[in-house]
Amino acid sequence: MTLLPKSLETASTKHQNDTSTSQSNVYGYQFGFLDEDAKKEIRRTLLKAVAIPGYQVPYASREMPIARGFGTGGLQITLSIIGADDTLKVIDQGSDDSVNAVNIRKFTAETCPGIKLTKRTQEATLIQTRHRIPEIPLKERQILVLQVPYPDPLVVVEASEEKRKIMHGGGDYARLWVKLYEDMIKFSEITISHRYPTRINGSYVIDPSPIPRFDVPKLHQSECLYLFGAGREKKIYAVPPYTNAQPLCFEDIPFRVEDFTDEKGQRRACARCGSTTSFLDEFLGNTGEKVYQCSDSDYCNSQLALRETLSE
Amino acid sequence: MGYVAIKGGETAIAEAVKLLEFLRTRDNTASPLSTEAIQNQLHFLHSRVLSEGGLYHPELASLAIKQSAGDTLEAAFYLRAYRSTRPRLGETPLHSGKNMRLIRRISAAFKDIPGGQMLGPTTDYLQRLFRFELLDESPKHFRKIAKTWLKEIPDEVLPTTFPKVLDSLRQEGLLPPVTEHHEHPFDITREPLVFPVPRSAALATMARGETGSVLAIAYSNMRGYGDIHPTVAELRVGYLPVQLQHPVTSEFVEVGEVLMTECEVVSMYEAQENEDQPTFGLGYGACFGHNEVKAIAMAILDRALQKGIKHGSQSPSEDPEFVLLHIDGIESMGFASHYKMPHYVTFQSDMDRLRTTQKNFQEGKISE
Amino acid sequence: MNKILEVRNLTKIYGSNCPQCFTSTGPEANTNICPYCKSIVAAFNVSFDLYQGEILGIMGESGSGKSSLVKMLYFDEAPTQGSASFFEKNKTYDLFALNSAQAMWLRNHRFGMVYQNPHLALNFQVSAGGNIAERLLVSDCINYTKIRDRSKTLLARTEFLIERIDELPKNFSGGMQQRVQIARALATEPPLLFLDEVTTGLDLSVQAKILDLILELQQQLKVAMIVVTHDLGVIRLLTSRTIVMKYGRVVESGLTDQILEDPQHSYTQQLVASAL
Repeated sequence: MTLLPKSLETASTKHQNDTSTSQSNVYGYQFGFLDEDAKKEIRRTLLKAVAIPGYQVPYASREMPIARGFGTGGLQITLSIIGADDTLKVIDQGSDDSVNAVNIRKFTAETCPGIKLTKRTQEATLIQTRHRIPEIPLKERQILVLQVPYPDPLVVVEASEEKRKIMHGGGDYARLWVKLYEDMIKFSEITISHRYPTRINGSYVIDPSPIPRFDVPKLHQSECLYLFGAGREKKIYAVPPYTNAQPLCFEDIPFRVEDFTDEKGQRRACARCGSTTSFLDEFLGNTGEKVYQCSDSDYCNSQLALRETLSE
Repeated sequence: MGYVAIKGGETAIAEAVKLLEFLRTRDNTASPLSTEAIQNQLHFLHSRVLSEGGLYHPELASLAIKQSAGDTLEAAFYLRAYRSTRPRLGETPLHSGKNMRLIRRISAAFKDIPGGQMLGPTTDYLQRLFRFELLDESPKHFRKIAKTWLKEIPDEVLPTTFPKVLDSLRQEGLLPPVTEHHEHPFDITREPLVFPVPRSAALATMARGETGSVLAIAYSNMRGYGDIHPTVAELRVGYLPVQLQHPVTSEFVEVGEVLMTECEVVSMYEAQENEDQPTFGLGYGACFGHNEVKAIAMAILDRALQKGIKHGSQSPSEDPEFVLLHIDGIESMGFASHYKMPHYVTFQSDMDRLRTTQKNFQEGKISE
Repeated sequence: MNKILEVRNLTKIYGSNCPQCFTSTGPEANTNICPYCKSIVAAFNVSFDLYQGEILGIMGESGSGKSSLVKMLYFDEAPTQGSASFFEKNKTYDLFALNSAQAMWLRNHRFGMVYQNPHLALNFQVSAGGNIAERLLVSDCINYTKIRDRSKTLLARTEFLIERIDELPKNFSGGMQQRVQIARALATEPPLLFLDEVTTGLDLSVQAKILDLILELQQQLKVAMIVVTHDLGVIRLLTSRTIVMKYGRVVESGLTDQILEDPQHSYTQQLVASAL
């Protein structure tokens, strides 16, 4: 049980103390916003998800004050496991300052009085993220909660949920493989960019959420716990620590991540901190030229600080 | 070097909220909408939000409409989000639409029915011509209308409840007899839909479905993507008394009433596979508030789904996954809106793929 | 010779089923529809054995139940009664006692099926090569080059034009679609192949070519086959043993040569006599 993050261990006892401070008036909310039944259900779902790595566990996803599609799945997980002693980081596209991250962070802070907020990845006990995994490898006792629009990698070959469930149950991913095969004959490349289907623990194949291929290897044998929440589709799944996570690819065709080399064959560097190993955002500068910068804002800040101390 | 700090997100959101608020209140000569005014003068809008929010709280439904500046998808969303925070205190027993205190009740199946065809407050036979005098109303006008109407009410005492038209069809054997079900109805707020789902799950999902979505799919069935050929056996609108079991005495106590619409639709008979004689099929629709189009559409979809489950779906309206997963306004509106959120990392990934493929194409790696 | 398949009392009834179903249907009753409960007695008490490497014919006209038999053995339909056992080396599989995962495994790894209608087997959204790849991918081969090579080999064997390997099946003629089906069915080198009216509807010259191909493959690979057909010519050409079915019952069975030369049952006599 040493791998169980603090927030899960103490959350249930926390709740007993919280009911006394719950509704101050008829319209008031309690710690973590969700009612205790909802939290209990989500926690049970999480335990099942961790026990069966990669299996999409259905749950009665509650409506949240932020819209479906904006992270209600991730938010429900966060609110169900967060305790007043947690330190929360929220990022979107790798940045703490992105509008959606700001919104979710604010809401969580308001409904969970006492929690600490941080932008520093290493300080966080709980990180909620959309579309990126932080550059700095996460440690034991850290939890990364990912926001998921499409939990099922098979949705690209089969629209019916009932049929997909049977396919997962039988480990029948043939049609997904055929899609990869057809990509190869059409383009000599696998065209899946983000949401790359990944096999967990040699068993279920998951959609790892719209993280770029660059981030998929971070799922494999990681120290931290990955939790995936799809609020609208009402599924939760998990990649526990020290679990195998292999992107589906042919033995003889290497899995390729995004390419940041320029025309001269040099790997591009972040214009701000100089890193040549991070995932870069591309955008147009004021004078129309292309600019490349780290997507992970905290990583960029720490690299910049490092650079500055080294140059002193 | 053009370093861009993506900062200011928090300020931008705060300013956006302020702007919305200013937009809502910029006419400071008018008196703000009261929740009663919304409930009374915008009766159908209010009902729609009640039924889509899935929470019967007339005051908060009005507040939702006010706060969302009239966006029905947003207003329903407020109610649903609020529902998520409410603890469950108890569960009512099964209720029957027979006990509704009616304000309207009609049948298209028969010229006359026991209790009579009571039109009630209906828009069905209105001529949709603008009444420009409404541009200049005052509380005095309202009082005059009330006074006149109350004066003209005839002396008859009408029953508060009316028998169900379907009961007479059942007596004649034209409809299958009612079977007692002792299974607990499926609770869609506590359990996710995992297909195949029971009929109670389908009805509950549709009951709080977005009116336009439910209507569009039902309409497709009416027009030919399906063949229900419905007749409205009964449509009723009224107040259903809600009973709860007293926690101490265990007696059933009436704790209030909810305005609701109920529609029972009869569809043409089919050949039966077994020895039973053929009967009409039954479709049922019901929702909070006064929302007739939704109740009728729901009843048609109920029938279509039953058909689809029995014989395999021949059209989208008969496919439970297609219908039930696409009619929730909160979900559909949320997902549609989410496309406005930043997607630049995934787009970066897409560009990478295309650039590589284009490079291969130019290098002639691809043989066509 | 080793037995590979043993079928005992296999029965399929569509409908509610009543005690009179069996006695009021069959070749003597001249129907397979029960007059009491309107159920269709598609097959009743069918038993036969199949040996490694041999081709067994199931001959009959429409309504005979021959397709129902094969559908049950390939797990497309569940039997009403009866059993079937599949043997290999030192393992016996009781087909209808398997759970769905086990049945699918057997279907994907040990059986092959070619249908009359290619739409039942081929995915028309996927290229010819892709259809074959799908079968190989199910059997855990995930090397792209190997899969591609094997697909080409299989298609070449069935005399399919390799240049068209990446095209979608909807552009192919009937004969070509059947070739893709056959290649696909053989992809996993199954010891047992079911062929359900595979040449019906094709041009005569194409039929002849496909039949030659099947014979050749059988000789090379020693696959056991069950060939379902109403065509005596196909029976004569391909099969060593035959069972004849009418209205769900087996009316005659034995060596193909004997049955064609000296049919015993009146129905078989009728069929043989009316052959062109």
